[in-house]
Amino acid sequence: MATTGHTLKAFDDDLNQLRASIAEMGGLAEAAIAAAMRSLAERDSEGARLVVDEDRRIDALEAEIERLAVQIIALRAPMADDLREVVAALKIVGVVERIGDYAKNIAKRVPAIEDSPNLRPLSLLPEMGRIVAEMVRSALDAFVARDSAKAALVCERDKAVDDFYNSIFRTLLTFMMESPNNITPATHLLFVAKNLERIGDHATNIAEMVYFAATGGHLGEREKGADTTRPAER
Amino acid sequence: MVEVENRADTQAEPAPAESAPKMRARGVNVWYGDKQAINAVSIDVRPEHVTAFIGPSGCGKSTFLRTLNRMNDTIPSARVTGAIELDGEDIYSSGMDVVQLRARVGMVFQKPNPFPKSIYENVAYGPRIHGLATGRQELDSIVERSLKRAGLWEEVKDRLTESGTALSGGQQQRLCIARAIAVDPEVILMDEPCSALDPIATAKIEELIHELRGRYAIVIVTHNMQQAARVSQRTAFFHLGELLEYDETSRIFTNPKVERTKDYITGRYG
Repeated sequence: MATTGHTLKAFDDDLNQLRASIAEMGGLAEAAIAAAMRSLAERDSEGARLVVDEDRRIDALEAEIERLAVQIIALRAPMADDLREVVAALKIVGVVERIGDYAKNIAKRVPAIEDSPNLRPLSLLPEMGRIVAEMVRSALDAFVARDSAKAALVCERDKAVDDFYNSIFRTLLTFMMESPNNITPATHLLFVAKNLERIGDHATNIAEMVYFAATGGHLGEREKGADTTRPAER
Repeated sequence: MVEVENRADTQAEPAPAESAPKMRARGVNVWYGDKQAINAVSIDVRPEHVTAFIGPSGCGKSTFLRTLNRMNDTIPSARVTGAIELDGEDIYSSGMDVVQLRARVGMVFQKPNPFPKSIYENVAYGPRIHGLATGRQELDSIVERSLKRAGLWEEVKDRLTESGTALSGGQQQRLCIARAIAVDPEVILMDEPCSALDPIATAKIEELIHELRGRYAIVIVTHNMQQAARVSQRTAFFHLGELLEYDETSRIFTNPKVERTKDYITGRYG
């Protein structure tokens, strides 16, 4: 979606700054997910504490981008795709901030399970973490490039994340049934998986906003993964 | 011919619930001498809407506006072809009384142009020459009603005998609107009515347009896109004498279908 520049160059500068700030914020959120998952895998409480601290930078960028977006609306009176992009930016920063919170929540659980035996579903969790971090990056890359096709691809990956979650959910249930000693660590890992699943949903939301900003239309309903809220078949 | 049909695709089909168009233009061309200023424009103007014409300078929006009440007749080199109907009646037919037409389709210009007469006479002039009032009392009530509708009555009721040209720019423009309203028109054409006014006078005119909507079909040409967005329900984008896109105003400003429209309203034109 290459478009020619605005007659007023300062308007392009503002929009470019908005995109750069959102890319930066997304990069921080993506790094937070990766760092939280690494801390979890290595039972690294110090690394986890850093993730919690770094979340402040994400919050600060959210405030900065909101201020910039409001300023663009006030001073540039954006129209059509420019307007949709600025409105999408306002909504996206709120979602990225939530993604940062989920990464922080994962990091906060590291000390709680530090001394627990290594449960086997952890072999699935890193892969799930890698996929959702990639989805976050792709969604924000799509925003910066106004690339609706790339945004649509992000949405398609959400089903795989749902399937990961369901698989981990069932495995952890099995562990809990095997021994009551597993209940505390397995519950924490279940929340970790749930947080990753929510990050996947939020990345999908961002992609939907990007799609709307780029095209003015909405993505159709997509297929959902299996649902753990339904009773298991016996 | 094929081109004309393609263009028709970009012109929104009227929804069935809407009333019949007040004015209907089909395949309108305008030439100034050898130069074609308007090329195959077709558009419906609906009575319940404010319709805005936007586009870069020289795109033909004012020229097209002026075809709607035959103001181009006053320009010797201007030639108009195609069909323009008011309530289904061809306004360019030989039987059309142009003076009557301009009473039914009134016009407000860019620069306020009150007659060098009293405020009262400015408004009373039209009803008098069209024989709309049988006596002084009726004329008084038409003047009062028109000035009230134009939102000017409270400011001028105690000085109706003063000259219209002594009013402020914004007041003069509202006086011109009162003058257009006085002959009870069906359509009011406005050619950049606020471009000579300050923001407060502009806001008053925009509020007035909002109040007049529904009573008269209103067509406004404006260079100020925010103004088109604020006052109109339908927006038409003109470019190089062609109507490129005509749609709901909210759609034009959030998600235009035509690339040229988008470039223009987002400030990427040229």
